[in-house]
Amino acid sequence: MSQEKDLSRIGETDGGSIRFGPESTLKLDSGAHLHGLEIAYCTYGRLNAAKSNAVLVCHALTLDQHVASDHPLTGKPGWWSQFVGEGRPLDPARHFIICSNVVGGCMGTTGPSSIDPRTGRVFGLTFPMITIADMVRAQVMLIDALGIDTLFAVVGGSMGGMQVLQWAADYPDRVFSAICIAGAARHSAQNIAFHEVGRQAIMADPDWRGGDYAREGVRPEKGLAVARMAAHITYLSEAALQRKFGREMQRDGLSWGFDADFQVESYLRHQGASFVDRFDANSYLYITRAMDYFDLAASYGGVLAEAFRRAREVRFCVLSFTSDWLYPTAESRSIVRALNAAGCRASFVEIETDKGHDAFLLDEPVMEAALSGFLEAVAQARGLT
Amino acid sequence: MNAIREDFREILRLVRPGSRVLEIGCGEGVLLELLAREKQVDGRGLEISADGVSACLAKGLAVVQGDADRDLADYPTRGFDYVVLSQTLQQMRDPRRVLAELLRIAERAVVSLPNFGYWRVRLGLLLTGRMPMTGCLSEPWWSTPNIHLCTLRDFTSLCDELGVRIEDAAALAEGRKARRMDPSRGVENWRAEQAIFLLSRPGGVQSPRPATSPPRGDLFAN
Repeated sequence: MSQEKDLSRIGETDGGSIRFGPESTLKLDSGAHLHGLEIAYCTYGRLNAAKSNAVLVCHALTLDQHVASDHPLTGKPGWWSQFVGEGRPLDPARHFIICSNVVGGCMGTTGPSSIDPRTGRVFGLTFPMITIADMVRAQVMLIDALGIDTLFAVVGGSMGGMQVLQWAADYPDRVFSAICIAGAARHSAQNIAFHEVGRQAIMADPDWRGGDYAREGVRPEKGLAVARMAAHITYLSEAALQRKFGREMQRDGLSWGFDADFQVESYLRHQGASFVDRFDANSYLYITRAMDYFDLAASYGGVLAEAFRRAREVRFCVLSFTSDWLYPTAESRSIVRALNAAGCRASFVEIETDKGHDAFLLDEPVMEAALSGFLEAVAQARGLT
Repeated sequence: MNAIREDFREILRLVRPGSRVLEIGCGEGVLLELLAREKQVDGRGLEISADGVSACLAKGLAVVQGDADRDLADYPTRGFDYVVLSQTLQQMRDPRRVLAELLRIAERAVVSLPNFGYWRVRLGLLLTGRMPMTGCLSEPWWSTPNIHLCTLRDFTSLCDELGVRIEDAAALAEGRKARRMDPSRGVENWRAEQAIFLLSRPGGVQSPRPATSPPRGDLFAN
């Protein structure tokens, strides 16, 4: 790598980006190599002398490294501020919290909107296909560069949970505890189906230009917005949508047309429109594909328990939500079943909520209590004070 | 709840140090914590309530939220040395199947249950003509979680039927020390308020793990 971060100079809230030199290329599952990888990341807190308090937070599909600090584009607070911060389960006063943008992303880590160093042009669709395991390999390069050997915890929800499982399978010796929230060990047919709708919406936008929109100075905003709208529905629940919107109207009376008569329409349009300001369409294609390709058991003869065979010393915490129909409790249960079969130390809680998949991003007191309790007990086992 | 604590003390005495223990219906993890502290067991739990599991997480216990009536099949065969089912079998929808599952999952099962043949229970029903409410059966019929109560004799005959060997048994009564007993004796069916059994299944599933034998004989010594 071109640089090793001087840890003594890392502030309470820090980060930036690391560019790796030609000697450390990222070998991808597809067989391709990524040269000159750049990883954008944020850190909170300080690494202790024993280097035993590092926590890696793995982000979900459309999130990024700004886990607990204001987003530079939207100005909104970090996406997990209620769990990462002073007095929170992940506390910068105790933990050194790291979150990096996944490879393939669009918030500073090398992705399809980056410049290909070999051609000097935007990658676009010449960017190689990536997988969840590739994302984890890039994270390993980052924590190596930060001088960290073993992570106190790897934590993530949704796609972040997939990365957590991949970490436990591929690097069990470098993970002390693993927290997988609203995750899955593989993408189901329904998961793939929804992603395909999103991708087709993007590719159907004339401004997508076969993925070359950056070179042509346009953006497939309409397609990306529709993809986001469809996906956003899957993050909620029928009950939550009903509670929030019901059949409430935007204004008195029907428009007798196709304006957003209903509040739920207006809400989704807003979700779509604001999403395109912070996300890249090709990144959406690549990352959704990585999720679709995810099937942790596949490399282990289809037996998920085999993936966790080396992870018996890892302390696992698996959480699911009753109303999550995207990654339903059954998916978490099959993870837990495999962990049990492998003889791993697994805990599992299904949290009662009507907020759907997105509950992992929201204020859920039971989840906070479970995470706090688990992390506290793990801290004792790890000798953290 | 002195009787319950005595129940736990018996289980503690029974379990071999450093063994692998699965407790089903572990509640807030009181027994698992005791077992980990006193016997250095590698403990796991299964608990139906989210609050119970959360409490266990905070104690550093590895506990899975689930329903013993449904989720025991998820556990590998002979993955544990002991499985503990404390005061819970009578709350299962299918106790017979659960009992068989216990002895698939572990070499030995420790099962405790209230004895519906206990004299106070019999007398209560006889005299009042209403469902008995005694120390360990403290809830009225419409709210009790105990849906499959049995007497000592019922239980021993089920064990016979399933080919389950009762290696040891002790009677527990509120405020009294555990007392080793022969559960097949009719008088015990009157005397024991609760019973705790050490069960195994001769010629059962062979353990894939190296054979280790737990201490025997003095388990319930007074």
